Amino acid sequence: MWKYTLRRILATLPTLLTVITVCYLMLHMTPGGPFDSERKVSAAVLANLQAKYHLDLPLWQQYLYYLNNLLHGDLGASFRYADWSVNDLVAKALPVSLLIGGLSMLIAVIAGVLLGIWAALRQNSWVDHTLMVFCNIGGSVPSFVIGPLLVTVFALWLHWLPSGGWNEGEWRFVVLPVTLLAVINLSTVGRVMRGSLIEVLSSTFILAARAKGLPMSTIVLRHALRPALIPVVSVLGPLAISSITAAVVTETWFSLPGLGKLIVNGASNRDYTLVLGLVVLVTFVAVLLNLLVDLAYALLDPKIRY
Amino acid sequence: MPYSIPKSATEIAPPPRSPWLDARQRFMRNRAAVISLAIMVLIALVCLVGPWLSPHAYDDTDWNQMGIGPTWDHWHLFGTDELGRDLLVRTLIGGRISLTVGVLATLVSVLLGVAWGAVAGFVGGKIDAFMMRIVDILYAIPYLLIAIMMVTILGRDFYLVVLTISAFSWMDMARVVRGQTLSIKSKEYIEAARAIGVPTHRIIFSHVVPNLLGIVVIYTSITVPGVILTESVLSFLGLGVQEPMTSWGVLIHDGANVMESSPWMIWFPGAALTLTLYCANFLGDGMRDALDPKTR
Repeated sequence: MWKYTLRRILATLPTLLTVITVCYLMLHMTPGGPFDSERKVSAAVLANLQAKYHLDLPLWQQYLYYLNNLLHGDLGASFRYADWSVNDLVAKALPVSLLIGGLSMLIAVIAGVLLGIWAALRQNSWVDHTLMVFCNIGGSVPSFVIGPLLVTVFALWLHWLPSGGWNEGEWRFVVLPVTLLAVINLSTVGRVMRGSLIEVLSSTFILAARAKGLPMSTIVLRHALRPALIPVVSVLGPLAISSITAAVVTETWFSLPGLGKLIVNGASNRDYTLVLGLVVLVTFVAVLLNLLVDLAYALLDPKIRY
Repeated sequence: MPYSIPKSATEIAPPPRSPWLDARQRFMRNRAAVISLAIMVLIALVCLVGPWLSPHAYDDTDWNQMGIGPTWDHWHLFGTDELGRDLLVRTLIGGRISLTVGVLATLVSVLLGVAWGAVAGFVGGKIDAFMMRIVDILYAIPYLLIAIMMVTILGRDFYLVVLTISAFSWMDMARVVRGQTLSIKSKEYIEAARAIGVPTHRIIFSHVVPNLLGIVVIYTSITVPGVILTESVLSFLGLGVQEPMTSWGVLIHDGANVMESSPWMIWFPGAALTLTLYCANFLGDGMRDALDPKTR
């Protein structure tokens, strides 16, 4: 297992390096430098500034400096927000995104698995049909249409919850964003769980367990659940990636001060270094999540050899 | 006397049926898929023809009717925005853009994915491993952020948006096509072509690719909704096509800002986009059920 883990970790390096390199080069293609502003700076000051940020060096040396800084966890300085490093901005935004993303993923996985089991055991009943209709809606109505719907119902009509904002993470401000993200992920998890459990339940070893007279609860919990969870785990990696998209939309829509809002603002301000830093950071997180999913997969599925 | 086929054989044998005819029959029996196809064709037609029939232009200001709700007056059936522009025409024009992006980006990603997968699967060995590594790498990248970055740096040009979206939509196709190619490769007719000295590129393009068509059609129809969705996400975030040109995502973005005072601004384009995505998903399912050899 250790060797397998190590191999998987090494396999993530090309991904990270590709993203960093391509984005870094793209950034370099942009016209203008960070210190070209309307305010005229004297040649000596400019030279000093360029020396400080290593802008006077050839590109490959600048790139190595950037990589070295990344290894030390330094994402660089922001282009637009004077006196702010990208790290400072991230440090303020990351907890918001982690709270929203983590909480909604937790709810989606637990509720999705439970509802999926329920629907699979009562195939073609009203529970099953309701869940499938719900999954269809959550799967094809885009997040930026569900978001306004939630706000219209719960904020504008019922006045139960605020329509946006963060307010230092007060729970009333957290409910709607988390619901939105959870609904989208829940529909995927629920659909996959239902499908795979139905398939497992129709296999011969379950028939044998039934013939032996085992109660249904034992069959599901002891025999069917583990193999049925494998497709669910395998879908979590792509789901994490697509939740990043949904999270960016959610944070923009509800004006939450998270990473998604930061990158959208950075993009419209043309804050290149901020966008680059965030892309690198989020890619790192996504790769890490994929790695964890892969390892969990290896633990669950005896067919995977390592 | 001309040679004639023994009668009994023609009478016993069932009428010849091509796999495509089979697939069409299965598709036509799937009511949800057929209705979805009809609705999508209708939406496309209305978006194409509608703007010409309307008395308003998409960027024309009606000074007397600014920010009004849906009304029969002056044919503002969907109402107008705060600049007095007719929302019905804008929704149709936006639909043109969204659907065009959908078709173009799907086309690019299908061509790239098929070529990539077919070459990797057919050539095999180290080249195959390398090409699939690139696909794996692209899979693990949060593509929306890269798309945001590309649009930030390169600008908000229409064709650039298409390219950006295509660049991250071809990997599924490449994987599936590679898998299918691997299985086709071991078939006898390929061996025969090899034996008589047909060059590799001809084997790929005239023997392998035609046999991939079924699975390519399935995955093409699955790609369409994803591509349309990505375009509208970019537009919703304010990174799509620029004013006065519009798309469904842009309209939803604009409508979201004035949702409380003029709700029609978000619900009409939102409904159009949702209906299209819903139908595209059903259509994809129908295609898969009709063409997937496993379900036969």
